[in-house]
Order: sequence, then C-alpha cells, then structure tokens
Amino acid sequence: MSHQGVGAALTDAATMIDRSVRLARRNLDTLFAAILLPLLMMALFVYVFGGAINTGTEYVNYVVPGILLLTTGYGAASTAMAVTDDMTSGMIDRLRSLPIHSFAVLTGHVTASIARNAASTAIVILASLAMGFRPTASAGEWLAAIGLLLLYVVALSWLAAGLGVIAKTVESASTLSFFMLFLPYLSSAFVPPETMPSWLRPVSEHQPITPTVEAVRSFLIGTPMGNAGWIALAWCCGLLLFSVVLATSLYRRRTGR
Amino acid sequence: MIVEATRLRKSYGSTEVLAGVDLGVREGSVLALLGPNGAGKTTTVRILTTLTKPDGGRARIAGYDVLREPAQVRGVISLTGQYAAVDENQTGRENLVMIGRLMHLGRPTARRRTCELLERFGLSDAMDRRVKTYSGGMRRRLDLAMSLIARPRVIFLDEPTTGLDPASRSTMWDAIAELVRDGTTILLTTQYLEEADRLADHIVLLDHGRIVATGTADSLKAQVGGERIDLRFADEPQLLKATGVLRAAAANGLVLSVPSDGSAGHLHQVLDVLRDNGVEPERVSSHRPTLDDVFLTLTA
Repeated sequence: MSHQGVGAALTDAATMIDRSVRLARRNLDTLFAAILLPLLMMALFVYVFGGAINTGTEYVNYVVPGILLLTTGYGAASTAMAVTDDMTSGMIDRLRSLPIHSFAVLTGHVTASIARNAASTAIVILASLAMGFRPTASAGEWLAAIGLLLLYVVALSWLAAGLGVIAKTVESASTLSFFMLFLPYLSSAFVPPETMPSWLRPVSEHQPITPTVEAVRSFLIGTPMGNAGWIALAWCCGLLLFSVVLATSLYRRRTGR
Repeated sequence: MIVEATRLRKSYGSTEVLAGVDLGVREGSVLALLGPNGAGKTTTVRILTTLTKPDGGRARIAGYDVLREPAQVRGVISLTGQYAAVDENQTGRENLVMIGRLMHLGRPTARRRTCELLERFGLSDAMDRRVKTYSGGMRRRLDLAMSLIARPRVIFLDEPTTGLDPASRSTMWDAIAELVRDGTTILLTTQYLEEADRLADHIVLLDHGRIVATGTADSLKAQVGGERIDLRFADEPQLLKATGVLRAAAANGLVLSVPSDGSAGHLHQVLDVLRDNGVEPERVSSHRPTLDDVFLTLTA
C-alpha cells in the first residue's frame, strides 16, 4: 500500500510536528518556561549574582553559554510533559490505530522540541547581546557553536521524550526532568569549578554540561579550548544514542502490551 | 465476515483476561460486546485494532491479519476509545484535519470532510473553539467524527456513551444509528443492555474473558424470560386464585410474575381477566430484563 511510502512518512511527520508545535505554542506554561524563564535567569545572573562572581572576564561573556544550555533544559522538561500527556491519555491509542509509523508520535514531539529550543536559543542570544554580551567568534566559530548546541538540544530532546515515556503522570515527568535543570548549576556554566569544594569538582568535571559549555564559550569568546570540544562531542553523541535507544525501546514496551 | 477472531487469549501476569474468544461480524452489521467491567471487552477491541498483541488465537479484519499486517488493518478501521481522544488545545476543526492528514487524505479532501462532519455532528458553531471549552457530549461527538473522517470500513466504539448524561447519550445513539444506515460495520462495547438492544444486530455476552451467550437482543431476552408484569397480592388465597386464572405465571412470595410483551394492551388484558374473576392485585409493576438479569441467569 502507498501508505508505507516515504512521501506518506514525511507527511505524517510534518502533521505530527505541526500538532506538537501548535500545542506547545498554546500552552502558556511551556511558552513561559521556554522563553521568559531563561531571560529572567540571564538577567538574574548578569545583574544580581554576576557582580559577586569573579571569572576573570566580563561576567555576561562568561555566563551566556551556560544560560543557553539551561534554556534547553527548560524546553526539554516541557517536551517530557507533552509526551507523558499523550502516553497517558486516550490520544496514544488513537494515534497508534492510524496507519502511521509507530514512532511518529515521538519524532513529532522531538522535532517540535528542537524547533522550540532553536527559537528560544535565538531569543536568548539576541537578548544577551542587548545585555552586553560581546562574542569574538568568526562565522566558522559561530557555526561550530550553533552546531554543538543543536546536537546537545537533539540529544536532550530525545532524553526528554524517553523520560516522558517512563513517567506515569505529567507531574512525575516534570519531576524526572528536574535533573536536566539542575545539572547546569553543578557545571562550569555559572562559576568556575575551581571555586567549588574539592569533593564537588569531579561531579562538575565529569558531566556533559561542563565540556559543552567550555566548548561553546571557547568558540564564542575565545577562552582556551583544550579537549573540551571533543569531549563535548563525545558526550552529546553518546547521550543522543543512549536517549534514542531508551525512548524507542521503552515506547515499544509501553505500547506493545 | 469482515471481522473474524478465533480463540483469542490474553493474560496480564497471572490474570487471564481473555480465555478463548471467537467473534464474527458480517459486513454492514453491528455487533455489541456486552459485559461488566473486567469482562475483557476493551482487551478484545485493543487486539482487533492492533494495539495489543494476543497471547494466542488469530484475528483478521477485512482479510488482513492483525498481527502480520497491522498497517493494512489500520488503513480500514477506526477506533473511538473509552476516553475521548482529542487534543484539548487544538480546535475541533484542527483535530479533524489532523486525523484526516494522518489518514493520508489530501489537504483539500481533509478540509472538505472536516466541514461535512462538523455539520453532521452539530459542531459547526464550535469548530474554531479549543476543545477544552467543549462539553463531555461535544467531545464524544468530535471523537466519533475524527473516527469517521476517512470513511473506515469497520468502526470500533469502546463504551461510546459511558459517563454521558441522558441527552448526550441519546445524541450519540442517533449518530451511531446513522452510521448503521450508511452501511458501516460497527463493533461496539457496552455495559448497557439497552444500548446493545437499540444499536446492535447481534450481541455477544462476555464475562471473565469468556463468551457466555450470543444472539440477537430478542433471543437473549427470551433466554432470561423477557419482559414481565409483577403482580403483588394482599394474601395467599388471592394469589392462588390469580395463579389459577393466569396460566404461565410464576409465583414468588406474594408476587406473581406474568410474561409480557410490555404493551399497555397486554397489561389491560391481564387486569381485566383478574377483575372478571374477582381478584384485584395490590400493586402492579412491569419489569424489563436488565443486564443484571441476563447475567444472573446466564452466568449462574
């Protein structure tokens, strides 16, 4: 049947993405989390805490890469909740009884999540420029920074989709997503890890946020790169692979009963 | 048979939900799966709609095997589940167009069908409002409309009126009856004998994962004694006298039960015969068989 063709698959994906984007746009909580909250956090760090934090550079330049990653964390939490909402309402049965690819529900949410995060990242970058962020990056470095951020967003969106499948209620999806929001605070996103107590430093150094932030920072304002770029790439690819396998296998199990 | 299932079995852990269910639905007919909560109705529907894999048995829809050709099966069926599966934050129109697109109707066709269905289900005025502002009855109607957008050959309705108020239930019944007139094949589940009676050509009575009876509404009712008139008498002598007069009556305490067709004429006739013989019942009540009666009789 022509239902299985590539054209049909693309139409399905487009329809599901259209749906997810529309639902996200109409959910005030999601909009708030995706756009307003990161802006507020940036203002808080730049204007309130920043003065007390010594990073060796202008604090706004130091903190913007971290805010960008924090932003994607908020976006991912919304994605997890949207997936759980579908999984726990009658919607999943209706969608699965349609002649569409079984993962179309997940890919729709993930793609919408990526689109939403790209938009909020762009807004945060523009706002940061207004707040005095002065990147020194060349066009190539911008592309590298955006590419890495995008990879991180894709990985985190899939992880969020997986958490959304695991969670039994929308509330627990929100709780499960908490660590995605918390991890940036334990990284070099807001303060140099050297200022943390010695027992906390390994936590900060061995998690995906720190190398990703370091790499983005290096691309944008020219701080030393070291191995951060490659480590970040490895973390993001590993996380992506893990998350896709987690989300799709759990989805299959949850829906195959 | 457009729907054909043989020896469907399904267990969750140590709980056996379906213990060998055989079903057949003729094209253009309506089959009701009747049974209490936990009888296995929803599981049967989930297997037939490719959502759940059976542990044993086979099922075919329009010739396609639900396990081996799920995509083809999904192309000819639609499912309206127990809980209205609609997006709260989309409008009625957006919900319908979305499902139309996912059923691979072209955009113009999806839009045209959407308008037709909104009109038909009395939702035209509300089509651009978000579904979260809809009443329960409107949601169910939208849900049903979403199931019809691609003109499925077989429609599965899982408890289509559970939780609805009487007026909304009646509207749903009219909508379903109209589908039947169009010749759509329907398999519906219900806890209400009245609903099965009103909508279905054929009823399958399910209890604890087994079929306990099949037949038309009339034949099932006949099995439990059909409709009857209960006459209560003041004392034993009156009762005995009445029993002598009315043949085919069964006494239980001071109550005499007479099989009836439920018409006023028959009630008149019974009372007249009694009066002619000088007996007057104290109270009269008419009794229609309920699902409880059918169950108590058939599962005893």
